[in-house]
Amino acid sequence: MDSTIITIDGLRRRYRPSTPGATAFEAVRGVDLHIRRGELFALLGTNGAGKTSLMEVVEGIAPATEGQVRVLGHDPYRSRAKVRPHIGIMLQEAGFPTDLRVAEMARTWAATLPAALPAEHVLGAVGLDHRAGVAVKSLSGGERRRLDLALAIMGRPQVLFLDEPTTGLDPESRRDAWDLVRSLLADGVTVVLTTHYLEEAEDLADRIAIMHGGVVVAEGTPAEIGAGAPATISFTLAARRPLPPLHGTDSSGDSARGIRHLIRTQRLEADLRILLDWAQAQDVTLDGLDARAASLEQAFLTIAAGGRPSHDLSEVPA
Amino acid sequence: MSATTTSTTTTRPAGSLARTRALTRMELTLLGRNRTTLFNAIALAPLMALVLMQLIGDRTEGAGAGVFGGTLLTALISFGLLFVAYYNLTTTAVARREELTLKRLTSGTSSRAEVLAAMSMPALLIVLAQAVLGLAAVAGGIEVPPLTNPVLVVLALGFGFVMFAGLAYASSGLTKTVEAAQLTTLPVLMVTMLFSGLTVPFSVLPEPAQVLAQLTPLAPVVTLLNLGLTGITPDGAQVTFAGSLAEALVPLVVLLGWTALGVLATRRWMRWEPRR
Repeated sequence: MDSTIITIDGLRRRYRPSTPGATAFEAVRGVDLHIRRGELFALLGTNGAGKTSLMEVVEGIAPATEGQVRVLGHDPYRSRAKVRPHIGIMLQEAGFPTDLRVAEMARTWAATLPAALPAEHVLGAVGLDHRAGVAVKSLSGGERRRLDLALAIMGRPQVLFLDEPTTGLDPESRRDAWDLVRSLLADGVTVVLTTHYLEEAEDLADRIAIMHGGVVVAEGTPAEIGAGAPATISFTLAARRPLPPLHGTDSSGDSARGIRHLIRTQRLEADLRILLDWAQAQDVTLDGLDARAASLEQAFLTIAAGGRPSHDLSEVPA
Repeated sequence: MSATTTSTTTTRPAGSLARTRALTRMELTLLGRNRTTLFNAIALAPLMALVLMQLIGDRTEGAGAGVFGGTLLTALISFGLLFVAYYNLTTTAVARREELTLKRLTSGTSSRAEVLAAMSMPALLIVLAQAVLGLAAVAGGIEVPPLTNPVLVVLALGFGFVMFAGLAYASSGLTKTVEAAQLTTLPVLMVTMLFSGLTVPFSVLPEPAQVLAQLTPLAPVVTLLNLGLTGITPDGAQVTFAGSLAEALVPLVVLLGWTALGVLATRRWMRWEPRR
């Protein structure tokens, strides 16, 4: 089934200037996305790329300045009451009344939902059942994050929004959270996720969009996005000497132990063979030789480290 | 976790009421766990009424024990509105905002109106309980007040509560921390207490100040409560039920005006997230 469950068309979000006279900051500068029922869609980007600003509009927490958003066929901001009962939201940052106990918070939340799973059941699913009687203020950061997740899934949502759900979790809890998300996907839940962890996106996501400067600069499956990025070869030579002709481009710099070369290439195998043959013929050592295939990480780093000012990027087609 | 089947579209009908009730229960639990807030809520208004007992006794001398008791009750309810519906609610709203509870609630199914209603509900319950217990105490210990016009009592309490809750939510938006609320609520607290006719009688103020004083938020509440409970006008005249209606008109208009301002001020200044 490939039906679209979330449509985002020409979305822009401007913040009112904090002081009169200051210019309005535009965090989202024209985004179009179509998210399909049952998929996990990951939104990646550096800090300040506009991920959370975009998420808040799609969740119906903030209105769009321009453009249109449809979630389950409705405007999530104006038709909030129609959309909210069917979606679950895990904000990047939200709190609890600190004097409340975990089970009390869960039960309160459940009572606000039209069709909630039993609070105890959901606490068990995120591994917090043994902490049910503890005051929220005594929870660790990771435990709070798990309680966040518990509340988000409690209403049996059709669409689940997770804004950096695993930030602050230890590796084991992170794996548990992934397993939980996978089981939700297996049940047909659509998940929209933002994350800093590329492995998380690579592992879980059906499709990915990378945001930079308020626009989507790359979109596709993890493999598609990775394939667009160059592979890299890096090594150190004891002294500066001319390299053989390569398909890729070389950039070099001084390092503690000699000259460090970084070659970006679309033809990793060919360039690697040329280099190895050359090194043997010249009898030089390629110190710390490292060859990497194109990957999502490479694609992301290329975009993130682009250092291009954001207004240039707004010209880049999505 | 395979039990999270999402095909169910069965929705329980009773939405708004169930949500508000759930959040109210949460607020009551929290109130029970915060000793400072609980003390302020329960004890301050009765203490203030006791402090003013002598003054009220002097002022109502010759009018009878029922009027004395009724005026005492006016003081109790007025201070209840001021300390519980205004001061306490301001601190509660700041606390919920700063701990990011308000932000969380905006991500759920509850509307903002439901959240605001639930947050104020413990204050309403306390003010009502104080009024009922106060009436019982006055009736038992002094004399049943004349109760000239109970409708005015209900109107004063109801609109007075909404007005102060509105002002409280607006004040919370101008307050950075729970501690700072002690300062930011001072202007409203001072003005309303001094110019309500409760502590300083209108008659001792110069002529233009008298008019201004009767336009402050608490003044119409006090006037209406006193009219309703004792039939005594701000000038000290005794009126009947029919007379109380004519006397109530101006303070009612002032109170409704402040109530509308309170609601508008909430929309204008209330904040749902901490300032960055």
